[in-house]
Amino acid sequence: MHTGEVTDVTCPFCGLLCDDLVVSVAGDRISVRANGCGLASASYAAAGPAGQPRISGRNASLTDAIAEAARLLAGARQPLLAGLGTDVQGAREAARLADRLGGVLDHMNSPAAIRNTMVLQDGGWIITTLSEIRNRADLLLVVGTDVVSRFPRFFERCIANRETLFGADRECEVIYLGRAGTPGPSVPERKASVIPCDVARLHEGFGAMRALLAGRRLDAAEAAGRPIGDWQALADRMKRAHYGVVAWAAADLDFPHAELTIQVLAELVKDLNRTTRFSGLPLGGSDGDVTADSVQLWQTGFGSRTSFGQGIPQHDPWQYSAAALLQSGADVLLWISSFSGTRTPPATAVPTIVLGHPAMRLDRDPAVFIPVGTPGVDHAGHLFRVDRVVTLPVAQLRDSTLPSVADTLAAIHAALPGG
Amino acid sequence: MLIKLRGARIYDPANGVDGVVRDLYIQNGRMVAPPNPNERIDREYDLTGRVVMAGAIDMHTHIGGGKLNIARAMLPEDHRADPVDRGSITRASAGHAAPGTLATGYRYAEMGYTACFEPAVLPVNARQAHLEMGDTPIVDKGGYAMLGSDDFLLRMMAAGEDQKRINDYVAWTLNATRCIGIKVVNPGGISAFKFNQRKLDVDERHSFYGVTPRDILRVLSRAVYELGVPFPLHVHSSNLGLPGNVDSTLDTIRASEGLPIHITHIQFHSYGTEGDRKFSSAAARIAEAVNTTPNATCDVGQILFGQTVTASGDNMAQHRNSGLASPKKYVVMDIECDAGCGVLPFKYRDKSFVNALQWAIGLEIFLLVHDPWRVFLTTDHPNGAPFTMYPHLIRLLMDRTFRNERLSTINADAQAMSTVASIQREYTLYEIAILTRAAPAKLLGIPDIGHLGPGAVADVTVYRDDPDRERMFSSPEYVFKDGDVVVQNGKVIKVTWGRFHTVAPEYDREIEPRLEAHFSRFQTIRADHLRISAEEMHAFGHGADLLVHPCRR
Repeated sequence: MHTGEVTDVTCPFCGLLCDDLVVSVAGDRISVRANGCGLASASYAAAGPAGQPRISGRNASLTDAIAEAARLLAGARQPLLAGLGTDVQGAREAARLADRLGGVLDHMNSPAAIRNTMVLQDGGWIITTLSEIRNRADLLLVVGTDVVSRFPRFFERCIANRETLFGADRECEVIYLGRAGTPGPSVPERKASVIPCDVARLHEGFGAMRALLAGRRLDAAEAAGRPIGDWQALADRMKRAHYGVVAWAAADLDFPHAELTIQVLAELVKDLNRTTRFSGLPLGGSDGDVTADSVQLWQTGFGSRTSFGQGIPQHDPWQYSAAALLQSGADVLLWISSFSGTRTPPATAVPTIVLGHPAMRLDRDPAVFIPVGTPGVDHAGHLFRVDRVVTLPVAQLRDSTLPSVADTLAAIHAALPGG
Repeated sequence: MLIKLRGARIYDPANGVDGVVRDLYIQNGRMVAPPNPNERIDREYDLTGRVVMAGAIDMHTHIGGGKLNIARAMLPEDHRADPVDRGSITRASAGHAAPGTLATGYRYAEMGYTACFEPAVLPVNARQAHLEMGDTPIVDKGGYAMLGSDDFLLRMMAAGEDQKRINDYVAWTLNATRCIGIKVVNPGGISAFKFNQRKLDVDERHSFYGVTPRDILRVLSRAVYELGVPFPLHVHSSNLGLPGNVDSTLDTIRASEGLPIHITHIQFHSYGTEGDRKFSSAAARIAEAVNTTPNATCDVGQILFGQTVTASGDNMAQHRNSGLASPKKYVVMDIECDAGCGVLPFKYRDKSFVNALQWAIGLEIFLLVHDPWRVFLTTDHPNGAPFTMYPHLIRLLMDRTFRNERLSTINADAQAMSTVASIQREYTLYEIAILTRAAPAKLLGIPDIGHLGPGAVADVTVYRDDPDRERMFSSPEYVFKDGDVVVQNGKVIKVTWGRFHTVAPEYDREIEPRLEAHFSRFQTIRADHLRISAEEMHAFGHGADLLVHPCRR
């Protein structure tokens, strides 16, 4: 395997999939030398030794752990395949296994991602991708997030550059709505301002701007805690942009019916495109959430929160959430988390099989624990980027005995009665 | 294993066989010449009275890639209404207009299709397109890489670079993205839309780069020709859907300056401005142009009535039409300084004047283009209709009584403006075999599919002869894929994974450091990371063979 320095490494640890990292590998230790971020450094550092499969807390062989997982799943009436923190190959095997078992698929990030899904299902949107932003954006509106806590190099890679395809001195104004950005190097030398407001009431502000853009007069004095004049000014600024972008992270819009806030924002962006170009950027893609959703969509027509219990794919954003099924219905949980030891399965009395990052520590021993490799660290794989357009290969960086999620699921599948 | 197909009527236009009763032989997945009489036949099928053709080829069907997955994500109601049950060997899937890849592969095979080509592979999205096609069972597949609104090409053109350098870039793209052809969609228009241009005529300048669609068509058709890529430049013309766009389509046909050019879903580009509603059929002018331009081919993109979804790289046109979405939702995307896309659900209504006339225009083109080797049977799935409606379309072409019956039910004003009723022509089985087998294989430059001669891949479809051609083509009795029976009586009985068809023209490697530098400066991934390896393709395709067809001029 590699030792020493590796260049052009694609980092699997957030939805940006930066593919320019320089890392050094010494034995099973990987450290970031260049083009990294705090999240990458910490995540590579957390890729520790392999660990051992366990059945009810006792060390077991991989073969026995797989056999026990297969036995539990074969006996389940309503198996739940959740977490799904894996690569394309792992997601393909998870979908095949769910079909075989009549199980339900739900990703660990879908409580956030489903907000965007519902907007897509109901009204659609106008959106863009990272390279377009890097070259064209002259206004970035950031809604309810600082971006960088989840996507550390976003500004560095998409906003800070002055040189673009179309000129040498691009200026992109950044406006944070509802929440201040993290100061420091994230927006170097860029004009940035903050419009503080009540994020959970932002739909009022977006609705007000839609009305104002349509030439209506508003009787209301304020929206989302800001005077209407502020929304008029913001709407005017957005309209003046040549290529405006509004970014949000559904995970940071964490209040009831946030999907309606996102929807009115999406409709506002559509309105702006009557006269100028403006696009959304729904930020996600971490922990393989876009990857799992994409694979399930193309195979079966439905993404996360889909049941195969009736022999056909049935999608329901509420009924087939992991949380709802663990309250009532699911009788075995298969939890997959290969990128992070901290994304542990939900506390439940339901017998649980974990395909987990080797650093994962659990309060209670699950029925089966199988440490699995991380894509882009222990084995090669493919991941989808934040914008759902770019799929990048991630490479194996170190010698590893850890099985991939895909291989583990295929082995469980093969160990089911009838194979 | 030697298999004998006995006594069927054979339609094999590539070999000039028109309804001749003869035996066919299959060995090791290939068609073979009749063996000597003492050779043992392992399996014999009595196909007396049956009609046999090669497996059908869909040369323009949106089956894989980002815009299709957006369509799937947008349309839970489409999938709920049309599920595919899990079977003993098949998996559960769903979808009518935007089916999952599993449903897509099963249904194509169940209709006797054995190869499908995705016409809009964005280079930055090529991996996803191949992943999706790789997860499409049974059928062979291939893709056309989309160029023409990518900033790299437009910069080269604006800088007046040599055709030779442009050829290198086109060849690099074909190699990197593992495609078999080059597609251009609304040449330059997808990029122009990012600069807020809302329309781009064939001779109108892109506001930043100063190049015109005609310039782009000229350099790309020349690149494809000079590289020896068999498949001609595949063109989605300017001004899709606009009344009067016949003129830009005729300009587009001429823009290749005599080099091979294929105009896709030409129905959407054959509109005039006559009549009270300033919308009329220009099918006769289009058909005349195709008839008199031997370097031009077209596929129709027939519309058929019902609910579907339109998914296109042409975000300029899709945004313009977004108010027509039914149900009312749409997605428009700008993509990676490379391309774009737009997805909107659409319901074609037979009582709508415009939709009814679109239906008639498509049929007029089918019936007025003389040479069946230069017009291809497509609905531009799913844009004109889901591919599952092909048998209905075949019946419309083959059965004049049925066609006129249908005509009499559509919007009366559209009937009055159409010449369909006056056209006597009925397609023959031989001509259908040209449109759906022999001609696409020839155009794609794949010598061993689309026919039944010795050496051909044993992709064979066996139909029960039935005067109801819709019923006949809906449910073949047998479909052989690579010599195995994969479908019996219209149902999948064996799941295989097909192969990938590609080309890999030579080029001067000097282009690679330039691309690396360009991507490092302006894009958000490394150029080298666009390149899909052969190993990746095998993994995407469940071990599918990766075929590289020769390029020669």
